[in-house]
Amino acid sequence: MNFFKTTAASAAIVLMGSTAYADCGIASGNVNILGNEFGAIQALVAGAKECASSTVTIESNLTTEHRDIQVAALTANPAQYTSAIVANSSIVPLLNEGLIRPLDDLIAKYGAGIKDTQKITIDGKVMAIAFMANAQHLYVRQDILDAAGLEVPSSYEEVIAAGQAIRDAGLMEHPFAMNSKTGWNLGEEFVNMYTGTGASFFKPGTAEPAINNESGILALNTLKALADLSNPDFLTFDSNATGAIWEAGDVAIAQLWGSRASGILDDEGSTEEVTSNTVLAAAPTVGGGDTPASTLWWDGFTIAANISDEDAEATFIAMVNGIRPEVITANNDAAVWLADGFTPGPAATGVFATASAGARPYPMIPFMGLMHSALGDELSDFLQGGESAEQALADIEAAYTAAAKEQGFLQ
Amino acid sequence: MPHKTFFWFIFPSLAAMFLFIAMPIVSVAFQSLFIEHEQVLIEVENCGPFGCETETIIDNDATAAIREAEPLGRFNGLGTYFDRGHLATSEIGEAWSTRESLGAFVSEVMNLPFYRALAFTLTYTFVCTPLIILLGLAIALGVNALPKMFKGPTIFVSLLPMIITPLIGSLILFWMIDAEGVIGKTLQVLFDDPDLSLKASPALTWITLIVYGVWSSAPFAFVVFYAGLQTVPEDTLEAAMVDGASRWERVRYVVVPYLMPLVVFITLIQLMDNFRVFEPIVGFSASANATSLSYIIFADLRGDIARFNSAAATSILTIIGVAILLTPVLIRTWRDFNRKRT
Amino acid sequence: MASAAMKRSPTLAIFATGFVILWVIIASFPFLWTLWGSFKVQGDFFSKADWTNALWGTRTIVETGDAFTTHAYSGAWIDQEFWRASLNTFIVVFFTVIISLTFGTLGGYALARSGYRYAFWLLMIALVFRAMPHITLVSGYLLPFFEWNVWGHLPTSIIVLVAINQPFTLWMLHSFFLNIPKDLDESAMVDGCTRFQAFRYVIIPVMWPGVITTGLFSFLLAYNDFAVTAMLLSQENQTMVPKIASFLGSTFEEGNVMFAVAAVVSATAPLFVLILFFQRQIVSGLTAGAVKG
Repeated sequence: MNFFKTTAASAAIVLMGSTAYADCGIASGNVNILGNEFGAIQALVAGAKECASSTVTIESNLTTEHRDIQVAALTANPAQYTSAIVANSSIVPLLNEGLIRPLDDLIAKYGAGIKDTQKITIDGKVMAIAFMANAQHLYVRQDILDAAGLEVPSSYEEVIAAGQAIRDAGLMEHPFAMNSKTGWNLGEEFVNMYTGTGASFFKPGTAEPAINNESGILALNTLKALADLSNPDFLTFDSNATGAIWEAGDVAIAQLWGSRASGILDDEGSTEEVTSNTVLAAAPTVGGGDTPASTLWWDGFTIAANISDEDAEATFIAMVNGIRPEVITANNDAAVWLADGFTPGPAATGVFATASAGARPYPMIPFMGLMHSALGDELSDFLQGGESAEQALADIEAAYTAAAKEQGFLQ
Repeated sequence: MPHKTFFWFIFPSLAAMFLFIAMPIVSVAFQSLFIEHEQVLIEVENCGPFGCETETIIDNDATAAIREAEPLGRFNGLGTYFDRGHLATSEIGEAWSTRESLGAFVSEVMNLPFYRALAFTLTYTFVCTPLIILLGLAIALGVNALPKMFKGPTIFVSLLPMIITPLIGSLILFWMIDAEGVIGKTLQVLFDDPDLSLKASPALTWITLIVYGVWSSAPFAFVVFYAGLQTVPEDTLEAAMVDGASRWERVRYVVVPYLMPLVVFITLIQLMDNFRVFEPIVGFSASANATSLSYIIFADLRGDIARFNSAAATSILTIIGVAILLTPVLIRTWRDFNRKRT
Repeated sequence: MASAAMKRSPTLAIFATGFVILWVIIASFPFLWTLWGSFKVQGDFFSKADWTNALWGTRTIVETGDAFTTHAYSGAWIDQEFWRASLNTFIVVFFTVIISLTFGTLGGYALARSGYRYAFWLLMIALVFRAMPHITLVSGYLLPFFEWNVWGHLPTSIIVLVAINQPFTLWMLHSFFLNIPKDLDESAMVDGCTRFQAFRYVIIPVMWPGVITTGLFSFLLAYNDFAVTAMLLSQENQTMVPKIASFLGSTFEEGNVMFAVAAVVSATAPLFVLILFFQRQIVSGLTAGAVKG
């Protein structure tokens, strides 16, 4: 049941479906879609809007603030939006509150084209349909590695050694970069690293934190070693900043989002020297583990619970229309699509390599968001050398515990 | 003015404030006393594009029953106010009883998010406010002395820092102060330190934020002072000059006392605004080294799981903080008010 | 003021002028830099390689063939339909200012003339209201607004901005009305006017300077607001600042930062006109109003 293992073989078979979709087969209904604002989602929503007719209204609100309004918007009855486009992490609050409906009936009726790997199944019920994937993975500059006589690293230990070698050779003072801005980004780096050790964030079956252990210390020390190879401003580096310094040719090895690849590989904002030598590789392993230290993300659509069955049906048909093969093929490079019609291009190689190496998905656990926030806020002291790894882990657990008690996960 | 007339005059304003500020404040204060229900967890198998995992989820049916019984959540009294994310009384107590030295105690307290934020918030408020007032006054005096034809354009340019939306203003400045940016490079040359980075060290980040705060708020003080200067009575100034007062003495003993009510007004507004400092921290990505009370509220509300009860408690603490800060100014206003009444 | 009382020694004049020139440079430099940079490509304005690229447009020449490009402006205004956001901003700002001032003048006038203790306490409570962080208020609005089906519409945002703005407006206008002599309206009332007529025919004609100054601050609040408009407006009703923020990109995708830069420069233009237009009133308004604190 792993998309990447099967798709790598079948990707060449692109279904250029000629099905007439002019009439999507919706009798009537109101569709209103809430989602993030980026190219791939805009393409999908445009595809869904083709179903609009005199009896079917299709509206959308694509905004970067979608996460902050989705719970309130879907709690209202009837819900403001009939569909929310979510990712592994943002589906959790909707699940926690029971705001989205199981899709099994709808899939049976209208979802013939949906692959099993696209179905996000929670406790046996399909709650979302994934349409694209993303992950952080390694970007390397082949020319710099060649100059220092190095291979593309496959573990973080090798990354650190390579960074040190590049620094010692006088090629670059700060050869490494990652999205280490305090807050969500830094939390994500720890989640990636800790996932790579194979350890679990919580004691099984409970909400009690379990990161204050050897794996946690290993993850922290690896991050610290990487931070030492980064520009001193690393705590302000978000995806935009790391993308810019990569394009400026200031770093040789970086752990960046796969979705940034097409922007980095194109000819805008960078020199030929940088783009032609940029190689995308799988995320490295850590501490002798065999899975990449990265988490896999999907984006998918859900259908609100507090709406009429008629609207839910209309929404489902329209959304499926938005991810039909023609739409995917026409927007092939906008994302790493999971639906039929996608031909993996050069920009997708990093995500594919990371997924096929067995990276694990970002956990869909109800209290993971609280852990992530605690990580993001409490790690910067340690990375700046202000406190010990043990103290940092204790702080994280304390911050998480306070939050989890407030949310009713811990007593 | 009779009570009835007063009521009708103030009614629209009061109604708007009552509906959109007073009621939300009451509801926020109320919610800060509650925490979420106990969540019933179950372990299930979840599958997706990347395979299956055994994960914990909330048992919605079981939780819904608990929620039905008590829609507001569990009453927690002031518990949220004293937990680790806020006043952290038990953590502080423990740090105090196990302290090795005063310095160690302080650094343990500064490790708690609320106090870390409070430290920056108070520093920012008490450094920025006087600097804004002084700079605003100095600019007002300077502009006032300019030849008439230059006054208009100067006033206009002086207002620029206040006009540009802080969200973007700080973003552009953030690039300018980058180690590779125009201001960052200039500073490196000025201080003869090629590794100088305003973003890397806590001290420099604080200074950057304070400088930005003064820069962006000085125009407000300037406009108010400049206007006030237009009404300084000429004869008093001339009398002072006849008495042989130097220009400095005239400013010190005539102009400044005359502008005193304005200073109170600006202090009031600036103390309050600076205490709620927020946009520069986001704009300058400074949260590693500087957080404020408003920033913690933001972080609580904008996570994947919104912690509304926690944000509510911090908001109420912010209001209390502002009230304490403003007390001296308010007592003065109260005296003025009573004097005017009689 | 510009009379004998303010005559100074040449050294002092040079010092004062020098100080003002320095301030003007500090105040305007970031804006001028942005204005200049808005005609470059991102690789120049946000150059990691060499900041002087922003001056000469090195990458701009490589990518567009000329040292100046209006690509950012056409991208923002035409491709991304920034004009729609400007129109929404205009509506929001216009009504926010008008309603704020209407409510504020009535309330401020009443507070200034009341003389009872409760007027003072009302002012104090208004201050406490102002202390509430906006972001908490907005999060609290979301659920009721969705349930009442008023979320996403311009009028909702307008009334919220008016309410949030009332404490400051009341304070400013109250102190302004304190400065208008009581005899003015009281003698009108002796002549047989009602309180409202006295307000309408005697106070309104003389209150404009103070109202315009207060209006400027209301304007800036509504114009620069992000917290309220980003969370309470749907996409088709989006105003300028959230729209600009959406140009900045997200974790997933690189944004069109230059669109944001061009949009910021464009967004400042109407403010220029406005300030030039109202400059005299702004200053004379505060003269009359805020002096009493």
